[in-house]
Amino acid sequence: MADIVFWVISALTVMSAAFVVLNNQLVYSAVALLFTLFGTAGLYVFLWADFIAGIQILVYVGGILVLVIFGIMLTNKIKSVRISHKSMQQGVGGVVIFWFFIFLFLALTKAPWVVTDAVEPVGTVRGIGVLLLTDYLLPFEIISVLLLGALIGAAVLSRGDS
Amino acid sequence: MNSLDSYLFISSMLFCLGLFGVITRRNAIAVLMGVELILNAANINFVAFSKFNGMNLDGHIFALLVIVLAAAEAAVALAIIINIYNNMNTVNIDDVSELKR
Repeated sequence: MADIVFWVISALTVMSAAFVVLNNQLVYSAVALLFTLFGTAGLYVFLWADFIAGIQILVYVGGILVLVIFGIMLTNKIKSVRISHKSMQQGVGGVVIFWFFIFLFLALTKAPWVVTDAVEPVGTVRGIGVLLLTDYLLPFEIISVLLLGALIGAAVLSRGDS
Repeated sequence: MNSLDSYLFISSMLFCLGLFGVITRRNAIAVLMGVELILNAANINFVAFSKFNGMNLDGHIFALLVIVLAAAEAAVALAIIINIYNNMNTVNIDDVSELKR
């Protein structure tokens, strides 16, 4: 049962990702990206990462996707929901990416991964919180400063000169 | 079935699709969506290695930092794209080549 759900979720993720990059209408691409992000959150649940799954939905679906849709709406003269745009050189790009995928596939199947078994934790929030405030305190502080800088920078950039 | 290889397979497919989007799309926002796909693929790898390495939470921290970086990157990139649109009236990244002249 869990296997079936896992494969359904991964098929949903990969197929909607293909829809994102192959579809010619931007808004449809954004909606397909929603399904990809939800599918990724489902994969995190299978990987026992409950906190990351929640953050994925909150930040990606609630924040980044809304930003992307805002960007689409602000950079097009809107006449209908079919905001189309063109792709270039899909043939050559497809061939290159196909061989790159073959390379990646061979690499990941041939590599001798060391797998250590573990018991399923009750929750990961406590462990992540402890790690963030002990071992990873400096990256945590740096990324918060970076986020503040990005916030101010984005506000200044998009307000213009006036 | 739920082995490390299946997660790596899915994330490599997501990565290749995202890269395909980045190199074939000509709309700047569509390129940004491809970048988001690539970041998601990297995140799946981090969390998968974290689980199959004895539920080591270091990978979760990395995934968290990647998500924060993706949010910052999306905000700044969209501000830049909106500026480009205001100045040049297009977001086609082949037309925005002023710096090459």
